[in-house]
Amino acid sequence: MSIDRPTARVAASVAVTVGAYGVAFGAAGVAAGFTVLETCLFSLVAFTGASQFAAVGVVGAGGSPASAIAAATLLGVRNTLYGVQMAPLLRVTGWRRVVAAQLTIDESTGVALGQAPDGTTAMRQGFWLTGAGVYVFWNLATLAGALGARALGDPSHWGLDAAVPAAFLALVWRRLETNFLRGVAASSVAFCLVVTPWLPVGLPIVATTLVAVVAGWRERG
Amino acid sequence: MANWIVVLGTGLLAFALKYLGHLVPERWLTSARLQRVNALVPIALLSALVVAEGLVVKTHVVIDHRVAGLAAALVALILRAPFPVVVIAAALTSALVVHFAYG
Repeated sequence: MSIDRPTARVAASVAVTVGAYGVAFGAAGVAAGFTVLETCLFSLVAFTGASQFAAVGVVGAGGSPASAIAAATLLGVRNTLYGVQMAPLLRVTGWRRVVAAQLTIDESTGVALGQAPDGTTAMRQGFWLTGAGVYVFWNLATLAGALGARALGDPSHWGLDAAVPAAFLALVWRRLETNFLRGVAASSVAFCLVVTPWLPVGLPIVATTLVAVVAGWRERG
Repeated sequence: MANWIVVLGTGLLAFALKYLGHLVPERWLTSARLQRVNALVPIALLSALVVAEGLVVKTHVVIDHRVAGLAAALVALILRAPFPVVVIAAALTSALVVHFAYG
């Protein structure tokens, strides 16, 4: 089976772009108190960016392991929905299904769906090439970011403690395409600020999921 | 130890969620309500993380050098700067405030 060049190009550009986020994650992990080894293992095992950011974010803020895992897992639910969409396309079993599951993330699913006009083969290649490419670059970038942050030392001295929330802001910013979504983001910020003094560290982040549930429950006007 | 629990717990649950999607019949997860809520969860959580990491120390809302960094990031985002520029702008601004304000 030959590799579709346009699909490979899309996959490669996505994989390299994701590398920038991987560096940020590596640095965020070390800034939150994880060792370089723990940070790298995190990317190898979990391999789902937003969840990893959330987990180290909660730990960095002083939250308990349980609330860190809860926040990360809530963010990982969307991968289940991606898997549901990708399974009938890939039609794999056994160890190939294990690999396909691990590579089921925003980017691989997005590229696969984006290649729909070019047919099933292009979609499949889009999934595998993007998933594998992102896996390689995400993990290399995590290592680079973690080593870089360790070399820098005190996080606040280099602005690393501001870089982490800025990374979250950038991640949410590109999702705010409509006024409704901007409203959800603004409500979430307000909700989190209000509950912060009343809940144990880390829990306000998890509790803010309620805003998503309330906003998504009713049909959008 | 606590960090290992976070790494392995998050990692195993993340894989389990992915694998589950490849196993269950499609019709089980097609509820429009579930899809809508799920699409909003990242926005709510990421917004909360901006607050928790940028404006909070333990259980107190605090305005410090990180806010200057966030403001710089906001300006960069409004100017449509790419991700690395946004993050570096925030880091530089915050580091400058730390340097000049706290010595």
